[in-house]
Amino acid sequence: MWTRAVWLGLRASAGGRRGFPSKADPQGSRRVTAELIEHLERLALVDFGSQEAVARLEKAIAFADRLRAVDTDGVEPMESVLEDRCLYLRSDNVVEGNCAEELLQNSHRVVEEYFVAPPGNISWPKLDEKEPFSHC
Amino acid sequence: MWWRVGHEDHVGPDPPRSEWNCLLRAQGGREDSRSPCSRGRGVPRPACILVSAALKQGQVTPTELCQRCLSLIKKTKFLNAYITVSEEVALKQAEESEKRYKKGHSLGDLDGIPVAVKDNFSTAGIETTCASNMLKGYVPPYNATVVQKLLDQGALLMGKTNLDEFAMGSGSTDGIFGPVKNPWSYSKQYREKRKQKSHGKNEDSHWLITGGSSGGSAAAVSAFTCFAALGSDTGGSTRNPAAHCGVVGLKPSYGLVSRHGLIPLVNSMDVPGILTRCVDDAAIVLGILAGHDPKDSTTIQDPVKPFTLPSLTDMSKLCIGIPKEYLTPELSSEVQSLWSKAANLFESEGAKVIEVSLPHTSYSIVCYHVLCTSEVASNMARFDGLEYGHRCDIDVSTEAMYAATRREGFNDVVRGRILSGNFFLLKENYENYFVKAQKVRRLIARDFVNVFNSGVDVLLTPTTLSEAVPHTEFIREDNRTRSAQDDLFTQAVNMAGLPAVSVPMALSSQGLPIGLQFIGRAFCDQQLLTVAKWFEKQVQFPVIQLQELMDDCSSVFENEKLASVSLK
Repeated sequence: MWTRAVWLGLRASAGGRRGFPSKADPQGSRRVTAELIEHLERLALVDFGSQEAVARLEKAIAFADRLRAVDTDGVEPMESVLEDRCLYLRSDNVVEGNCAEELLQNSHRVVEEYFVAPPGNISWPKLDEKEPFSHC
Repeated sequence: MWWRVGHEDHVGPDPPRSEWNCLLRAQGGREDSRSPCSRGRGVPRPACILVSAALKQGQVTPTELCQRCLSLIKKTKFLNAYITVSEEVALKQAEESEKRYKKGHSLGDLDGIPVAVKDNFSTAGIETTCASNMLKGYVPPYNATVVQKLLDQGALLMGKTNLDEFAMGSGSTDGIFGPVKNPWSYSKQYREKRKQKSHGKNEDSHWLITGGSSGGSAAAVSAFTCFAALGSDTGGSTRNPAAHCGVVGLKPSYGLVSRHGLIPLVNSMDVPGILTRCVDDAAIVLGILAGHDPKDSTTIQDPVKPFTLPSLTDMSKLCIGIPKEYLTPELSSEVQSLWSKAANLFESEGAKVIEVSLPHTSYSIVCYHVLCTSEVASNMARFDGLEYGHRCDIDVSTEAMYAATRREGFNDVVRGRILSGNFFLLKENYENYFVKAQKVRRLIARDFVNVFNSGVDVLLTPTTLSEAVPHTEFIREDNRTRSAQDDLFTQAVNMAGLPAVSVPMALSSQGLPIGLQFIGRAFCDQQLLTVAKWFEKQVQFPVIQLQELMDDCSSVFENEKLASVSLK
């Protein structure tokens, strides 16, 4: 019979934690400001493009805030599951190469053996070509 | 223990014989070759070994096998499982394989065997798109190591399979080539159940999703268009569609199989996955793919032996753990019932079955959310339109070109993850989100270590919350919500780098496959597969019956002898 109790208990406790998506936690959901949007767009070189995308970020932040509930005092961050092994490094010898032509074939714009980029000294936000949408 | 509560539910119909089953024998789908149609069920025999034996004996030639699969690919085109069908390449490979067989110099179990590869593995000379506008038309100059290994063994590359854009999703519905349809939508088993429930509704609008993101690979294997397929698995992307499509889906230990040439999603969790119709086939393919790769410094250098699976005889030495946290309210009662039935099965056969606890596993989805978006933000920086992939027409400045290219190239899901990831990586957020998530990751991984140190050999869990759902229902929720639900049981394994396999167990009351997941100790892939093989033999999962779809399949198998290839 106790098995039934475990099952019900789990149902109750898990119900509180899960049930995603939930309403954004008022504590966790910070205001995504116009400055932040601009900053992120600049870093990511991807634009939000719509108010929905901003709302999506707010939700994503609120979701991530659930991590705060976990006690991680004294816990080392884990970067790789292979942390207890030596990383293999191959010797620094050229074993492949001479494939410039093949690689250049995948580019849309090349001149001789160069990839061609537009002028590089103009930063993106100055050119106002983003789809305008009202920042919150 | 909750799983001891008796569940005598009906877990699956005994499907009647069909012409299709007869055809299956050539593909290793049936057990009893002497009375091929006397039973509707069949323990899948290792199709690769079976067919390879038939190839060696000359009962079927690689070209015939290749043409048969090509023909099935055409007939099942509406499933949208393939993005690119590499017909010419496959036929040429088949020709070469045929020459080898004639000389008696076959390269091994995979020589002449048709395989498919998810379209996020680089294939030299064959377009590799990641189902994204960003890579439409991109033809890699090199093969991923795993692809090269398959080709070195003489496997025939039938094509590149469909996925969610950049493998971000759990439905195979979010790619630019459209969603993949689950072959079981067209199975006799499902259609008969549907007929009983609904009358006169449009059947075709009720097609089911495959799960994802390796849905194309799962559908390709499930619909017999190839014998094995490569998927990738970062949060469950191989195991989830395997469960929904009634095939075996293996995620090997992180570090066992090379990621070189797999277009990365989350480097610290990505692994190439293997989809086959039976556990033995997965073991054969793993044996070929596993091992150190100088081009991937995260592959381990320990020598790898071929993965031949012994039959489990002494069950008393086996300890199966049932993680109590996986018993969530969202779990469908049918899956739960099958899960407890499976636990009872192990117990009744003499294995020790104990309840275990993975207290941090419920945080794996939110932890993954942060780690995945952060790594995505970094990984996707490579797509700038300069060296490869899509490039927009804007030419006023480099940054404007980058930004417009990326807006045109990525879908909403990918852009959303890039932006979230950049947020979590901001100087002021790095510690609170990214490093915090890495700490939680350690707790999740540590839970597994504790459980395995306590004597548990293998964990048994559900793979998915329920069977596959209709597409119309699936798209009601957004990608992130769906992934959070669908990766619930599979994601934690990636955090810890453990091997896991989804094995189809039975059909639901709707006639759809339900799979269970086994999780093993790191680098104990062979032990894991041995247990999975034993389980597979016990449950006798029914073969998919697609004869309605293939009503003129006789023309596919013009040569009568091909339809009766067997090992005897």
